[in-house]
Amino acid sequence: MRGRFCTTKRTKAGSLPEPWTSRVSPRLCYNRPVEIRLTVEGVAAGYGARSVFADVSLEVCAGETLVVSGHNGSGKSTFLRLLAGLQRPDAGQIAYVLGGAAFDPRDAGHLIGWVAPDLMLYRDLTARENLRFFADVRRISRTEAEIEALLERLGLGGRADDLLAAYSSGMAQRLRYAYALLHRPLALLLDEPTVTLDERGAGVVDAVIAEQRRHGLVVIATNDPRELRYGDLVLNFGG
Amino acid sequence: MERPELPATLQATSTQSPTAVSSRDVLAAAWAIFKKDLRTELRTRYAINAMVLFAACTAVMVSIGTTFIGLRRTEEFLLIQSSLLWVALLFAAITGLSRGFVHEEEARTLAALRLAAPPVAVYLGKFLLNLALLALLSIVTSVLFIVFVRIEVGTPLAFIALVAAGGLCLSAGTTILAAIIAKASFKSAIFAVLAFPLLVPPLIIAIQGTAIALDTSGFAAALPALQFLVAYSVVTFVASLMLFRFVWEA
Repeated sequence: MRGRFCTTKRTKAGSLPEPWTSRVSPRLCYNRPVEIRLTVEGVAAGYGARSVFADVSLEVCAGETLVVSGHNGSGKSTFLRLLAGLQRPDAGQIAYVLGGAAFDPRDAGHLIGWVAPDLMLYRDLTARENLRFFADVRRISRTEAEIEALLERLGLGGRADDLLAAYSSGMAQRLRYAYALLHRPLALLLDEPTVTLDERGAGVVDAVIAEQRRHGLVVIATNDPRELRYGDLVLNFGG
Repeated sequence: MERPELPATLQATSTQSPTAVSSRDVLAAAWAIFKKDLRTELRTRYAINAMVLFAACTAVMVSIGTTFIGLRRTEEFLLIQSSLLWVALLFAAITGLSRGFVHEEEARTLAALRLAAPPVAVYLGKFLLNLALLALLSIVTSVLFIVFVRIEVGTPLAFIALVAAGGLCLSAGTTILAAIIAKASFKSAIFAVLAFPLLVPPLIIAIQGTAIALDTSGFAAALPALQFLVAYSVVTFVASLMLFRFVWEA
């Protein structure tokens, strides 16, 4: 197989204060099994007159993890919402490149798995009904056994038929992972990945990230210094 | 730390096609959204209870108010009865039909749905739910008016067709309006304000047509009103389908 050549750019400082760092120098990504690539070019975002960040450019290849760090309110979650297509940038472009085709994040729902504290699923449905619903909406075929196995591995075995209204915050976080992984996304976006999770839950997240790196890319937004270890690249929004 | 082994379901790569979503997939997704909303509604009964309660209260109050009038069955009398029926239907619909989108916004589930579903499928799914709720509301309100207000339907087929076509107009209009107001403050007030210009034209025709249907003029006399309502529904529905993506992603 011919080697794929992909250089991950350093993040650009633009008009933002230091520090903007990339822990890894420009690198080469060879022979990735699935060639998805995330490109961000000159992206800016803000709320009203307040600019949150500007002129962010980077590239993440399959097999890599980008960690976005920074203090509260620095724009980590906003950046992930832009990558998920849930919000439009004020300037710049974001694209997922797959098989030579570039997808705007708003049209890349089938490529993206998103986990965030503000991701809510249906409280009036059970975990199984939630996952069945999202599988049906995404038009993917998942057997009951597959849904069962997914819930089991995420630590929700035996609770599949409980209403979400009865779930603890940690269980709800685990179900967010089930929602995000259900369609086997090539890009996994994790905002505060271990928030509300216990140690075993954090172990599951470890495994999910490790597995995702084998067939796609991961972007993590966190202000937990321990989670910087996941990153091949670190985009620091300050703090 | 020991890493648990992931199941097979997590180990395969994506099988999702990056190509455009087919219309069959859109319809299937819309049906899934409709089923989910219907299941949720049957569990909580928020919209059904609010709408039926409103319709029942209106029918009872109207019956009490009109019992003492003792009007003869003139053309004006039929127009008043028809107006009262549609006022009850309109306000009961406004009470419950915005629920689909507003509940998604309040429960903060819109993001999960946005990532998973094509916009058109969301509109179609919510439209189907509103249609089902309005069909139920129309039946309940009509029966209540026949029992309590003692309306006499001269041309039953025309009456049923007009109530169905008017309900179609209300569903198409209220679905897109509900999507627009879902993110606004003072949702109920804004919903009523926005609904007024969109729903008044078909309501005027529905009231006139229903008055004809209450009489014994025959189906042909009510046909122009029926044609207008169907045409208005189609135009509103198609325009909503075209515009929904902009509302959904705003």
